[in-house]
Amino acid sequence: MRWRAFGATAALLELDDLESVLGLHARIEVERDAGRLPQLLEVVPAARTLLLHCATPDDLATAARHVDGLDPLATTERGASVEPVRLPVRYDGPDLDDVADLLGVDPAEVRARHLQTRWTVAFTGFAPGFGYLVADGDSGLEVPRLPEPRTSVPAGAVGLAGEFSGVYPRSSPGGWRLIGTCTAATWDEERDPPALLRPGTPVVFEEAP
Amino acid sequence: MRLRVLESGPLTTVQDQGRPGHAALGVAASGALDPAALRLANRIVGNPESAAGLELTLGGLVVQCDGPCVLAVTGAPVVVRVDAGALRAHGSGSAVPVPRGAIVGIAPPVAGLRSWLAVRGGLDVPVLLGSASTDLLAGFGSPLAVGDALVVGPEPSAPVPALDQAPVSVPATGALEVRVVLGPHDDWFTADALDALASGWTVDERSNRVGLRLRGEHVTRRAEAAGRELPSAPMVPGALQVPPEGRPVVFLADHPVTGGYPVLACVLAADLPLLAQAVPGQTVRFRPVTGPPLPGARAAAR
Repeated sequence: MRWRAFGATAALLELDDLESVLGLHARIEVERDAGRLPQLLEVVPAARTLLLHCATPDDLATAARHVDGLDPLATTERGASVEPVRLPVRYDGPDLDDVADLLGVDPAEVRARHLQTRWTVAFTGFAPGFGYLVADGDSGLEVPRLPEPRTSVPAGAVGLAGEFSGVYPRSSPGGWRLIGTCTAATWDEERDPPALLRPGTPVVFEEAP
Repeated sequence: MRLRVLESGPLTTVQDQGRPGHAALGVAASGALDPAALRLANRIVGNPESAAGLELTLGGLVVQCDGPCVLAVTGAPVVVRVDAGALRAHGSGSAVPVPRGAIVGIAPPVAGLRSWLAVRGGLDVPVLLGSASTDLLAGFGSPLAVGDALVVGPEPSAPVPALDQAPVSVPATGALEVRVVLGPHDDWFTADALDALASGWTVDERSNRVGLRLRGEHVTRRAEAAGRELPSAPMVPGALQVPPEGRPVVFLADHPVTGGYPVLACVLAADLPLLAQAVPGQTVRFRPVTGPPLPGARAAAR
């Protein structure tokens, strides 16, 4: 763990890999649930980092000392017992055949692998409600981004990029390879909470009826 | 009661104290760029400090009120003209009574950039994650447009405080100086970057609520960091991010919640309201101060 100041009341904690980010984030949430890190206003995971935000520099110092003593790779029961969010998908994406070719399988196998994988929201970003989903284990679905991003990706598009899968919460430009369409809204301003996916949430895809 | 927008000004948005605490969902805090100024405007008209008001960029707003109301403007000082048959001019920092049907015009400020307008009762606008703030990057809400009708909330229980005039501070027109904590990626840059921070940059006209764009001396990376890519990292308001071409951007309230470029330094939250008043062409200098004590800190690294 390497600590870096990010302003007077926040710190960026650099970790070795995404697995450590997920692990430490889960450990911190367990500590917060138990009331042991009351100084933390906000914890934001990303690809290799965790942002810890407090109200004062002293609170940050106290919280950082506590977090520094946690083991990122210790297993936690949190998450394992949480019921996954089920996202209905139609596998009708424009890149489904290309993804199958890249992986050397047929499109039905791409669908099967996507459906069989248990995913976890590693972090969010890019747009409100956009979750970067990582596979628990190997998804067998790693493909590079599109060489040229699309200028417009429709809301609900289900994509693959690198080790991640994700659902575009609304229409936007995007460079992920699209394999399907999610028929549930992952972001809905009329809903409370508006975001279906938050870091740590387990996710499974299922065939849309 | 409603305020009907006759002229929107260059950029006027609904703001309150923002929606902090949702960055993990991909949502920035947003909110007034000078939260204390909007709180003051609310206090002047007897509102709770959290009430929604308007953030004006270079004034220019003209509204018609279809009932009697009381409003107040803070931030960059402006003249508030109330036309109810006879024209009356008021200044910033005091409660302005507006008769039914009167037309209220806010002139551009004499110095600074942004002003905040509170109306007694607050604005009754849709709330998302606890806040009515318009977030221009996320697309929550949109800037005011001619023909919009803003609903004013019910009369608050607190009276309009007996106060003639709140102190009005005039934004500086010379060089601004704000405090920064170095990092998190200061070790990506050459020692010249520290000199560049101290001598400052000029505010670019493409600045907005997302970020203050700066031009001037380019910030160069150390040779070993030249081609390095930053895995997407969380960002905060005040982050001075340096894209590959070397012209920094200071993130403001509607910033992207994650970013892929290194951050040389981060402006203290307490100094961000100064940047809210920085006009294009103005010089901004950055003065490093000691950061928070962290485990294994590189305190002696520089």
